[in-house]
Amino acid sequence: MFRATLKSLLARKVRLILSGLAVVLGVMFVSGAFVLTDTLGRSFDAVFADAYAGIDVNVAAKPKIAVDEAEGEQVAPAFPADVVGRVRAVPGVAEATGVVNADGARLIGSNGKVVTSFGPPQLGENWTGESDLVKLREGRAPQADDEIVVNAALATAAKVKVGDRVGALTAFESKRRDFTLVGTFGYSGGRDSVGGVNEIAFTTPAAQRLMLGKPDTFNSVTVRAAAGVTPEALRDDLTRALGPGYEVKTGEQLSTDAAAGLKEGLAFFNKVLLGFAAVALLVGTFLILNTFSIIVAQRTRELALMRAIGASGRQIIGSVVLEALAVGLIASVLGLGAGIGVGALLAWAFGTFAGGLTLAGLGVPPAAVVSAFAVGMLITVVAALLPALRAARIPPIAAMQDVATPDRPLTRLTVAGAVVTAVGGALLAVGLTGNAGDATLSVILGGVLFTFIGVALLTPLFSRPVVSLLGGLFAWSVPGRLGRLNSGRNPRRTAITAAALMVGIALVTGVTVILDSAKSSIAGRAASTVDAQLVISGAQTGPRPPVFDPAVVDRAAAVPGVNAVVGVYNDNAIVDGDRAYVVALTDLAAMGQIYHTTAQSGTIATLRPDQVALSVSGAKELGKSVGDRLTAQFARGEGPRTYTVTAVLPDDRAIGSIILPKQAGAEFTSPQPFTALVQLTPGTTVSQVQPQLEALVADSPEVSVADRATFIEQQTSGFDTLLTMIQILLALAIVIAVLGIINTLALSVLERTRELGLLRAIGLRRAQTMRMITVEAVVISVFGALLGVVVGAGLGAAVVRALKDEGITDLVLPWSQIGIFLGLAALIGVVAAALPAIRAARINVLGAIAHD
Amino acid sequence: MTATIGRHAQAAARASDVWKVYGSGEAQVVALRGVSAEFERGQFTAIMGPSGSGKSTLMHCLAGLDSVTRGTVSIGETTVTGLGDAGLTNLRRDKVGFIFQQFNLLPTLTAKENILLPMSIAGRRPDPAWYDTVIDTVGLRDRLDHRPAQLSGGQQQRVACARALVARPEVIFADEPTGNLDSRSGAEVLNFLRNSVREHGQTIVMVTHDPTAAAYADRVVFLADGQIVSELIEPTADTVLDTMKKLDTPVITEVGN
Repeated sequence: MFRATLKSLLARKVRLILSGLAVVLGVMFVSGAFVLTDTLGRSFDAVFADAYAGIDVNVAAKPKIAVDEAEGEQVAPAFPADVVGRVRAVPGVAEATGVVNADGARLIGSNGKVVTSFGPPQLGENWTGESDLVKLREGRAPQADDEIVVNAALATAAKVKVGDRVGALTAFESKRRDFTLVGTFGYSGGRDSVGGVNEIAFTTPAAQRLMLGKPDTFNSVTVRAAAGVTPEALRDDLTRALGPGYEVKTGEQLSTDAAAGLKEGLAFFNKVLLGFAAVALLVGTFLILNTFSIIVAQRTRELALMRAIGASGRQIIGSVVLEALAVGLIASVLGLGAGIGVGALLAWAFGTFAGGLTLAGLGVPPAAVVSAFAVGMLITVVAALLPALRAARIPPIAAMQDVATPDRPLTRLTVAGAVVTAVGGALLAVGLTGNAGDATLSVILGGVLFTFIGVALLTPLFSRPVVSLLGGLFAWSVPGRLGRLNSGRNPRRTAITAAALMVGIALVTGVTVILDSAKSSIAGRAASTVDAQLVISGAQTGPRPPVFDPAVVDRAAAVPGVNAVVGVYNDNAIVDGDRAYVVALTDLAAMGQIYHTTAQSGTIATLRPDQVALSVSGAKELGKSVGDRLTAQFARGEGPRTYTVTAVLPDDRAIGSIILPKQAGAEFTSPQPFTALVQLTPGTTVSQVQPQLEALVADSPEVSVADRATFIEQQTSGFDTLLTMIQILLALAIVIAVLGIINTLALSVLERTRELGLLRAIGLRRAQTMRMITVEAVVISVFGALLGVVVGAGLGAAVVRALKDEGITDLVLPWSQIGIFLGLAALIGVVAAALPAIRAARINVLGAIAHD
Repeated sequence: MTATIGRHAQAAARASDVWKVYGSGEAQVVALRGVSAEFERGQFTAIMGPSGSGKSTLMHCLAGLDSVTRGTVSIGETTVTGLGDAGLTNLRRDKVGFIFQQFNLLPTLTAKENILLPMSIAGRRPDPAWYDTVIDTVGLRDRLDHRPAQLSGGQQQRVACARALVARPEVIFADEPTGNLDSRSGAEVLNFLRNSVREHGQTIVMVTHDPTAAAYADRVVFLADGQIVSELIEPTADTVLDTMKKLDTPVITEVGN
């Protein structure tokens, strides 16, 4: 039996190649994700280990608000310079250096544009001299407050050289300030940057003023232990000496902690990739199931013969499953190999394009190997199980009969499909209405999965009428009519092939519906509620939005023709003990004017430094009303501040839900406004005012003045980027579905060799034969896309409805996108048909007729 | 088309010195050794011969399904030899009809659609009167909307016959048309073929190994070892059987040697 299985496998190797390829691609995705995140993780480990290598112990003030590495740089609060002296006085300290080191130092390149970062921080620091890690490459250390040195990577990116006058924006000064570049530095091992970080080093007083906002402060002290003192012992001594307000860590701890934050981000990234891999594998499962079904159907006689000569049903199942195992094993090996290659390639691309990360050696984590084989073989065997059971049911008598076993009625399948779809719908309903608690995401994903499988089971039922309707479009020619009839021939086969395409298209459509609805809701709300004609803001290219000088807001208000201006700061803060998103406004009265706000309770007026306004939902969440008090701790704040609620505003007529006075903004992570809304006096045109506002931000190259339409577009452009990324990731699922169509057609062509021969014998031209196969493919793929579009729009609409309370009020069905998907599906059909069609056209007529 | 048109005006299909060789070297098999034959318009000719005699090969070559190694084949005024795929397709579509042993109907089409398929492919409309005649002759009027799976073997073969006839081809090639039928259904099909020759002037060339079937033909050509060895005009089952017996002996001797 084993030998017979192997022989039959070898005999049909070509037929199994395509379905094997689907597993290869899915496994590649899975193992590639593991290899990528593992390699990046180890690279980051090395970066941080290196960055903190020269530090035995580090002293910092406890941060007011914890932020992990993936969210952005944590603000280490400034502390008085005399702390350095206190540290130095502790026995066992050989050397203590006061350090200024904070994110937000942005160099302006020789082209006048700000050098941006796509992730790694842009550090501004005080020059503390050369070390084992840092070495001057050119020039000298900064000696005057208008002198700086930068790392070699930044000098290259900005195209500046020693001796140039260069501009820079800093954390506390978003206005361009000019410096002389007096030197550049690199790192041990000849590196230009550590982990893609850009660094600007100032003199200590300049760094304190520009990066910490206060003279005579530092935000960390690096300590070298005296000979014979272990870092751990010194750490404990320092902790005792300094008291509870300080965080004392060894260099090793520091690098582990820093890496841990990023690794959390990587783990999340890995999960996202694995999610998309799961979609690809689901589609691959459909494809394998179909291939094995077709193969079993084609081998009916052979299998019946085996039964007739004494093979048991169990042996037949075993033989099919064994075949699947072999395919899964080979595909897993190939997929793992391809995954290692893809992971390495992506890691390299990440290192190169996202800021010069020096990659650690490529590693293949055990998880990659284990998951590759588990997933590859499990999927194949599970998919082959149904066809195997069907094979075991073939009666021995089938060996003597020519007639194919007739298609069993679809009743059972339809009932099963209806039940599974109902379960999926129920799960979705529970998940989307927020009744699933912590399991919400799993419940929703489960619901989506069940819905897909249910719809796939129901597909054979729809396939007859829909396929016949779609095929009607092509029925004007004889080949078209024949193609249409062929696609309606095996409803199960057509259905499962189409269902594979459905999954990818449905997800893309669903995501498009959700994002377009969100986009339209945001734009619509902005258009209907915000009576501002101009907006001052910068396009966000990194983790932090560009900010500008608060003085710009006041000056803008003084420009003739400007009626009202409100500047907006934002950050996370601790409000009454919990982390919350807060905004600070330069003037609540101006906001009220621009948003036409009528307070639900209290009064709208410029907030005093100890007043706060809340939105209705914010008030509800905090359980506060007008007159109540709340406390808030900000990232750069010395201690918590107390505010009195003066107004409660309608949600759709307010910026944010906790609105603070501008004095609070000065204690935010970015102590400057990131956007300002400008309302013009009636009769003033945009073009009259825009140039004058632009002149005000001329010193902030990242910031521009846009009219409202442009601003709304900028605000929602993130959705388009997200959509594009999701579409790229789902493309693999669609590619696998295309393989499925090719596979189904190729197997059908093989199966119908005699018919094709007959058609050619009675005068069907080659071109007509190809057209016939193409029509069949197009009908299947458009059917799949149609299902996908309907299911996707349904899922998307359900999610949009569920998010109604979150502000997504519009339901936008992306008709043009849907049209594109259907058109694309037709194209996919044509492409998928190419090889099988050529094969069909080349059939030897005589051989085909004699074909048994 | 050639200078011989006048002389052979009556031939619907013709083979001149046709050789067919498969393979090369030691594996070489010579299926036809210089066969020359004419098939007259309006005649029902049967090609007979023992297994391996080359009778099917001859028919395939005549019908343009297979190429000849040497010699020429023509159908009506068209020289088949040397035609490309498009030319052969046109020839099969417009000048030739086929009836196969395995019926070879398209399972997705009804009987009527199967019958009209060659005409639809060619983009021609059937002559309604002739279509009615054919349908009545094959006796399928009440089965036209059935699919092949719903028809008996005999009915399926009658559909195949109707399909070949309705386009009024120059010549119909039938390959063992009764091979898969019981004797009653076979007799029906054969009667029907003979009538279409007698009453409607159709030309039919039929390959068979069954003397009873061959007896329905106007003429029987006997092939052995790739050559035409004998011929009978107005055959009966007995004369065909006798001729076959005479042919068999030398072949058996040959194999014995």
